Amino acid sequence: MWRWVRQQLGFDPPHQSDTRTIYIANRFPLNGLYTPQKFIDNRIISSKYTVWNFVPKNLFEQFRRVANFYFLIIFLVQLMIDTPTSPITSGLPLFFVITVTAIKQGYEDWLRHNSDNEVNGAPVYVVRSGGLVKTRSKNIRVGDIVRIAKDEIFPADLVLLSSDRPDGSCHITTASLDGETNLKTHVAVPETTVLRTVANLDTLVAVIECQQPEADLYRFMGRMIITQQMEEIVRPLGPESLLLRGARLKNTKEIFGVAVYTGMETKMALNYKSKSQKRSTVEKSMNTFLIIYLIILISEAIISTILKYTWQTEEKWDEPWYNQKTEHQRNSSKILRFISDFLAFLVLYNFIIPISLYVTVEMQKFLGSFFIGWDLDLYHEESGQKAQVNTSDLNEELGQVEYVFTDKTGTLTENEMQFRECSINGIKYQEINGRLVSEGPTPDSSDGNLSYLSSFSHLNNLPHLTSSSSFGTSPENETQLIKEHDLFFKAVSLCHTVQISNVQTDGIGDGPWQASLAPSQLEYYASSPDEKALVEAAARIGVVFIGSYEETMEVKILGKLEQYKLLHILEFDSDRRRMSVIVQAPSGEKFLFAKGAESSILPTCIGGEIEKTRIHVDEFALKGLRTLCMAYRQLTSKEYEVINRRLFEARTALQQREEKLANAFQFIEKDLILLGATAVEDRLQDKVRETIEALRMAGIKVWVLTGDKHETAVSVSLSCGHFHRTMNILELINQKSDNECAEQLRQLARRITEDHVIQHGLVVDGTSLSLALREHEKLFMDVCRNCSAVLCCRMAPLQKAKVIRLIKISPEKPITLAVGDGANDVSMIQEAHVGIGIMGKEGRQAARNSDYAIARFKFLSKLLFVHGHFYYIRIATLVQYFFYKNVCFITPQFLYQFYCLFSQQTLYDSVYLTLYNICFTSLPILIYSLLEQHINPHVLQNKPTLYRDISKNRQLSMTNFLYWTILGFSHAFIFFFGSYFLMGKDTSLLGNGQMFGNWTFGSLVFTVMLITVTVKMALETHFWTWINHFVTWGSIIFYFVFSLFYGGILWPFSDSQNMYFVFFQLLSSGSVWFAIILMVVMCLFLDIVKKVFDRHFHPTNTEKAQLTETNSSIKCLDSMCCFSEGETACASVGRMLERVIGRCSPTHVSRLWSASDPFYTNDRSILTLSTMDSSTC
Amino acid sequence: MTWSATARGAHQPDNTAFTQQRLPAWQPLLSASITLPLFFCAGLAFIGLGLGLYYSSNAIKELGYDYTGNPGTGDCSLCGVADQDRAPPPSCRCAWNFSLPELFQGPVYLYYELTKFYQNNRRYGVSRDDAQLSGLQSALRHPVNECFPYQFSAKGVPIAPCGAIANSLFNDTFTLWHQRLPGGPYVEVPLDRTGIAWWTDYHIKFHNPPLVNGSLALAFKGTTRPPNWPVPVYQLSPDPNNTGFINQDFVVWMRTAALPWFRKLYARIRQGNYSAGLPRGNYRVNITYNYPVRAFDGHKRIILSNISWMGGKNPFLGIAYLVVGSLCILTGFVMLVVYIRYQDQNDEAEDQE
Repeated sequence: MWRWVRQQLGFDPPHQSDTRTIYIANRFPLNGLYTPQKFIDNRIISSKYTVWNFVPKNLFEQFRRVANFYFLIIFLVQLMIDTPTSPITSGLPLFFVITVTAIKQGYEDWLRHNSDNEVNGAPVYVVRSGGLVKTRSKNIRVGDIVRIAKDEIFPADLVLLSSDRPDGSCHITTASLDGETNLKTHVAVPETTVLRTVANLDTLVAVIECQQPEADLYRFMGRMIITQQMEEIVRPLGPESLLLRGARLKNTKEIFGVAVYTGMETKMALNYKSKSQKRSTVEKSMNTFLIIYLIILISEAIISTILKYTWQTEEKWDEPWYNQKTEHQRNSSKILRFISDFLAFLVLYNFIIPISLYVTVEMQKFLGSFFIGWDLDLYHEESGQKAQVNTSDLNEELGQVEYVFTDKTGTLTENEMQFRECSINGIKYQEINGRLVSEGPTPDSSDGNLSYLSSFSHLNNLPHLTSSSSFGTSPENETQLIKEHDLFFKAVSLCHTVQISNVQTDGIGDGPWQASLAPSQLEYYASSPDEKALVEAAARIGVVFIGSYEETMEVKILGKLEQYKLLHILEFDSDRRRMSVIVQAPSGEKFLFAKGAESSILPTCIGGEIEKTRIHVDEFALKGLRTLCMAYRQLTSKEYEVINRRLFEARTALQQREEKLANAFQFIEKDLILLGATAVEDRLQDKVRETIEALRMAGIKVWVLTGDKHETAVSVSLSCGHFHRTMNILELINQKSDNECAEQLRQLARRITEDHVIQHGLVVDGTSLSLALREHEKLFMDVCRNCSAVLCCRMAPLQKAKVIRLIKISPEKPITLAVGDGANDVSMIQEAHVGIGIMGKEGRQAARNSDYAIARFKFLSKLLFVHGHFYYIRIATLVQYFFYKNVCFITPQFLYQFYCLFSQQTLYDSVYLTLYNICFTSLPILIYSLLEQHINPHVLQNKPTLYRDISKNRQLSMTNFLYWTILGFSHAFIFFFGSYFLMGKDTSLLGNGQMFGNWTFGSLVFTVMLITVTVKMALETHFWTWINHFVTWGSIIFYFVFSLFYGGILWPFSDSQNMYFVFFQLLSSGSVWFAIILMVVMCLFLDIVKKVFDRHFHPTNTEKAQLTETNSSIKCLDSMCCFSEGETACASVGRMLERVIGRCSPTHVSRLWSASDPFYTNDRSILTLSTMDSSTC
Repeated sequence: MTWSATARGAHQPDNTAFTQQRLPAWQPLLSASITLPLFFCAGLAFIGLGLGLYYSSNAIKELGYDYTGNPGTGDCSLCGVADQDRAPPPSCRCAWNFSLPELFQGPVYLYYELTKFYQNNRRYGVSRDDAQLSGLQSALRHPVNECFPYQFSAKGVPIAPCGAIANSLFNDTFTLWHQRLPGGPYVEVPLDRTGIAWWTDYHIKFHNPPLVNGSLALAFKGTTRPPNWPVPVYQLSPDPNNTGFINQDFVVWMRTAALPWFRKLYARIRQGNYSAGLPRGNYRVNITYNYPVRAFDGHKRIILSNISWMGGKNPFLGIAYLVVGSLCILTGFVMLVVYIRYQDQNDEAEDQE
């Protein structure tokens, strides 16, 4: 009982055993000893709320945010005690904010519900009680046998039982899970493959034992115990027999599978995890500012309360005859009164912390992030991919990056492998136009050989490739070479996991591949681009892999079909860094072909041209090519027996299977004979060098983190401009021990201090790095910080993340950005402040886990220098302005207390208090923060140095914040005392001698404030589109119209008619108009003077750059009327404006555009570095 | 093939000025070359306006007299001494004599001024019932709670008008007498007591409750006067258009002032011989001293002032305009100097490069 409670409460995991036992088709054993395990149903629940808990749960979540909670408290205080403003003033905005958020979240949840329902209600066919039953997806139970037809998505994690193919295999694509588009072959256990009909399946009695659900998509361990003729057969189950929910069946008519994991326990569901919350620096400064304002607020309230009580000691102020207190007020306890007064002041001044700040910031981020996706410059035409924003919380962080960590393969390079060279048996060859040419002593009669192998279509007619004289001159050599080549290319075309797509036929089972199928029609699908390149290269040479059929692989060698029986695949893993296959040749000989990194193959070799190959491999690596070594081993049947047994044991083991497998693999992959090495080129992406150079000019340190070997990494680094030829390259590699590593580090540090003129580059490898990080973090960081480029090679994925964390927590707390494209980069993408995924060939896992995904590395420059810069400027101004405008708003209120005996009299009417932030001043800043471009984007991109102007959160530094706050205070003083002096001895301000009252005074202050605050925004705006004009002047006009309207009616349901005709009276006074102009000018005067002097005395680089481009700007009036490129929606307004202004002739518009067209073309040649004046940086 | 081409195009972002962030825009820069002329122009304009405003304000004449009656301050000190207790004090009369050497240009306005009177105290300011004042029957009998302690009388009868503001209605009265010739008789100068409240207040916001049998007194039946008032609200004036809630003095008083010193319009002098102003001669203002202010150290003043289009005499605007204007020009000059010198330095620096 107790245990049950604990389970329900989640203290104990519900499943105690390590394995789950599944009775296929839920045929439980008949003896009563069995207690069935409970499994959850197949319902996928991604939604957060139900109809019933939406309101409480959503409210609870919203009020967990500090700001919302604060406003709730204020609201409650207003409800409880007698406060100067009605609870509506803070209740309404809060209600608005909460409602908008709730609607948004509710809508999103409704969408999730819909998709859940769609998924859960999808029809599936389940084998039950001897027949095929159509049911809904959510009704699938663990143990059900499910039938899936071609191109359907698996509704649960299934263990494949049988397919319509005799070998029980099927093809699936897991594109929606990990983005890998290649076809994967999954196979069933031989005993069940024959059960291809429902009736047959009904006879199956079997039990699956497998591990409990886990998130790893590529791990599955289990076994199937099949009872056949009273005999139990045990079969291992691995990931190759598990069909994951979300994957799609391909090339196979139908399959049967048994559900093992359902619902939220499927691997897809377990992999669904909410994004980690990353917070931007701006958000952190915002919170600091909030605390400062909270302190200001509380101290203002305390000062007011204290002063109130000093005043109240004298009865003539406290209770003059004309203003007597009630008995209740007189008799209430002093302390209580003090507290309630304090709270009342708190309520009175609470607007200094703007509730709308959060809403506006969120809207700005959400709406603003669309511009990234819309940007044509970030659109990659070849792949049709546009930039993708996964989180809009970090837009401004793009403008703050100090460290860029980039993966190499697929990020800096295309990850489009091209076979370039190979070394076969110690001789180097180069592929030129589809044929191999020996390097070294070049044969002079090369032209005669060109006819060979020059065209794929003639492949079938070709004589053996080695008849080319390139390979040798003497005939006796030739045969020898033929054999070596044969083996080499056979190894290449057999040792892989490449699939072939066959769109024409439904299944490979329809028949063997037709010989007429030209290789150009073959399309290979591989999970690794290296493999694909190699198989393609082999095909070009003449050894064409045609496909695997059941357990045979078919290879056409110069037109001659050969069938190899595939006995075992020892899959690739990143620890072994190699893979092998065991095949049986047509002759009956059994071979093991191994392929892998040279560091993992060469030590296991006992024969072949090891030394020569090693030299060649190093040469390849120096050219920046990716190398793989091929080796083989001929197995005697006795050896094979041993191997077979060990493999079977390891594969069926339930405990420590991986360990056992690794041991078995190690046992098998030994005594190899080296065949040679391949070299594959991974082309650099477009404009990588320029981008890295630009990043460096922007003051960003670029680190390359790669799993590649040292030489390859260095050469790529050099070719992509990460390392310069002039750089002094320091190395920290192959460190074996702690002490050695420390010594080396100290030595490097010395070299850096000795020689600080030259730029330094540092190369570290994974093992040395882990040593350095373990004990000598500080020393290592010192060295790193002094290097302008750092290259880390041989890195494991987690090491990449660790390096980033190390930089992140270093004393300067720099902002880091990680770019990567593969699953191995996910950890670093998630670790960095900003994670960028490259939507590349290695699936979409990186892109899905990233904050932003782009198609090419070169887009990084626009993303950072233009978008990042803009977003930063926009949001920084937004934050500063928000605090400023609320200081302006509330300070007069505070000052007024000095003149009303601290009685908490409000200066403004409740409606104005409520609408100030919501209506009157919200739009200009929002539009500004969406559209502002303080400098032309192409200037930003061409001058990366401008990026330094905003580094280290400069716009939100304390000085800037103080400036804005003091500006706010001084403006508030001007509004208040300006109006105060205007009243003077309270002479009449009206032409008819009548008098104003307190509400008129408040309206005057408010009007001046509104205009000043709006015009201040206008001063900040550098980019005046028609929208800016519209909202800026529109806001002021709206205020006037609203006030006249609001004051023009006696509102029937309002109990106070304080504002009736107040605004109208205010505007009917000439003095007031003059005073408004005077105060607005006075307020802005200071700011303008400061701006002009700043610009002249210490212009930032940005300001200098602004000057140079002003000539290309357009006039104010043009921006107001020439707002569209013939968009019809705005045409009528345009015509109207045209009539009104009379200068917007169409020719005017078009001329304007043609003039600026070259300026804005999309394929602008970015980063013309030569024109950049390096003297400025 | 074509299908895939369109599919690819479907992903392509729209190439519009908005999505590509290149809406045509005016990009102003606050450079010296723009701001300098601006400063000079603005400065000159402001100085011009300032001079105009200053002289316009200077042309306004204002004449005031403090009749609080602090001991030794003249005629009203007797009344002032009597005013030690709370309201209502005994009625007392005093006068202010002054002479005008020349015509006091009309139209002349008569104000009274109170100081240290906090009409803007929140407890005071909310103590009113606008619904009652708009003549609503229900509100007449059931004043809002904010009016407390002037909501119901001790006997539980609703007070009309309720609240502290109404209760503290200013009740000194003034009459102005003119002696045309030295030693001659004093002639009463007609004071126009209408048009002193905002038109909208008088006509729309404030309403008497509907008459009962043609009688205002009956309309107010079942209510009682505010405790400080000597008469009920319907007897504020014999003039039926100026009594009850629409009594203009009352309406003026109900518009609470912003600051603890304030003036309220008492009357306009624009009738008969005095439409052009007050001619030269001796004048006397007879004051009925009712309103106690010394309890809270306040002062009462009576002010005669004429008015220009910009209101009463207030030199602040003119001076402020002059100051800001001069500041603009001064800054303009400083900037010009700095600009030129900086330009030189810049040129030199560029030459050196």
